[in-house]
Amino acid sequence: MLGLGADLLWADMNRLLAFLFHQGVLDEQFLQLQQLQDETSPNFVSEVVNIYFHESEKLLRNLRALLMEKEFSDYKKMGIHLNQFMGSSSSIGAKRVRNVCVAFRAATEQNNRAGCLRALEMLEHEYCYLKNKLHELFQIEQQRALAAGVRYPVQN
Amino acid sequence: MGMAAAESQFHVLAVDDSIIDRKLIERLLRTSSYQVTTVDSGSKALEFLGLRENDESNPSIPSVCPNNHQPQEVEVNLVITDYCMPGMTGYDLLKKIKESSSLRNIPVVIMSSENVPSRINRCLEEGAEEFFLKPVRLSDLNKLKPHMKKTKFKDQKQETVERFEDSEVQQQQSQQQIIIQNEHHQAPKLQVLQPESESESHPQPTIEQQQQILQQANNNNKRKTMEQGLSPETDRTRPRYSGIATVV
Repeated sequence: MLGLGADLLWADMNRLLAFLFHQGVLDEQFLQLQQLQDETSPNFVSEVVNIYFHESEKLLRNLRALLMEKEFSDYKKMGIHLNQFMGSSSSIGAKRVRNVCVAFRAATEQNNRAGCLRALEMLEHEYCYLKNKLHELFQIEQQRALAAGVRYPVQN
Repeated sequence: MGMAAAESQFHVLAVDDSIIDRKLIERLLRTSSYQVTTVDSGSKALEFLGLRENDESNPSIPSVCPNNHQPQEVEVNLVITDYCMPGMTGYDLLKKIKESSSLRNIPVVIMSSENVPSRINRCLEEGAEEFFLKPVRLSDLNKLKPHMKKTKFKDQKQETVERFEDSEVQQQQSQQQIIIQNEHHQAPKLQVLQPESESESHPQPTIEQQQQILQQANNNNKRKTMEQGLSPETDRTRPRYSGIATVV
């Protein structure tokens, strides 16, 4: 009976993942990350994702700071930040975030400040959503691991 | 992955300014049983390889010039590098390696998040063995071993590299040869398709096929692989491809 909890959580996790794939929030690359996780590297996905969060928040702060400048004109620099953001998002399978970066980059190429502001808001929103969902995923995973752990007696 | 113990001797130097991509490529390479060193810039890569940045070794001088070169500390069997990096790009790094008499035999693979045919072309012409689109997959790494094994057969390699360096004439010939050869060989494919449209089941060339291909002039092979890899979305009507576009 104790194992049932773990199984239910496993189902929850898969349901959430399926939902995120269906919504285009995550793509196949995220699965690739999961496949790289094993006993020798048991926290690989969360390690990579945490680095991603850290880097992304830095980039978002930089982007916002640039756009809020009174004499803002450095579209090129924004483009550089966006390329980084695009690359890292693509590397972890954050499809929607990446797509917003693409649109954002297009606005920088047109020197369209208003368009950039709109894109930034959208980007912040998408990133927030992704972060929340991934945290949810990790939480379920942790709970599942715990529940699965109590299934078996402790070995001496 | 079914790796034999002997294969863990291959040492790959991975170069990428993105910390996430370094972590990823390191994991991918380790999973494939390679030893890995990662660095975050081209200049650090050269340092690791024992070459100082101001090394201007003349490629026509066969022997190593002792004044501006240190022997390699650690043996590196392959360099895999990102293309877009601040300062020294992956292309610059590739050039430096190929211009160095001591390092030129090390196979170099370029990675890029952008599918720019002219970029791919340039890198292959400069001597890159493969060009991977990011995000790099485990299946891409299957293509690496033949290149690493190849460095053990330096004489054969030297011959093809020298032929490759007469590139002007070769490229003319290869453009015509593509039309003939395209149907007959299954060359290592470049991943220029988007991940979603590329199924897991597309065939991997066998080791025999790879070695067979390597015996041909390298640049022929590279032209061909780029050709086969061109996706339907690539704009074939761009002027710079007028010579090749008809093949696909």
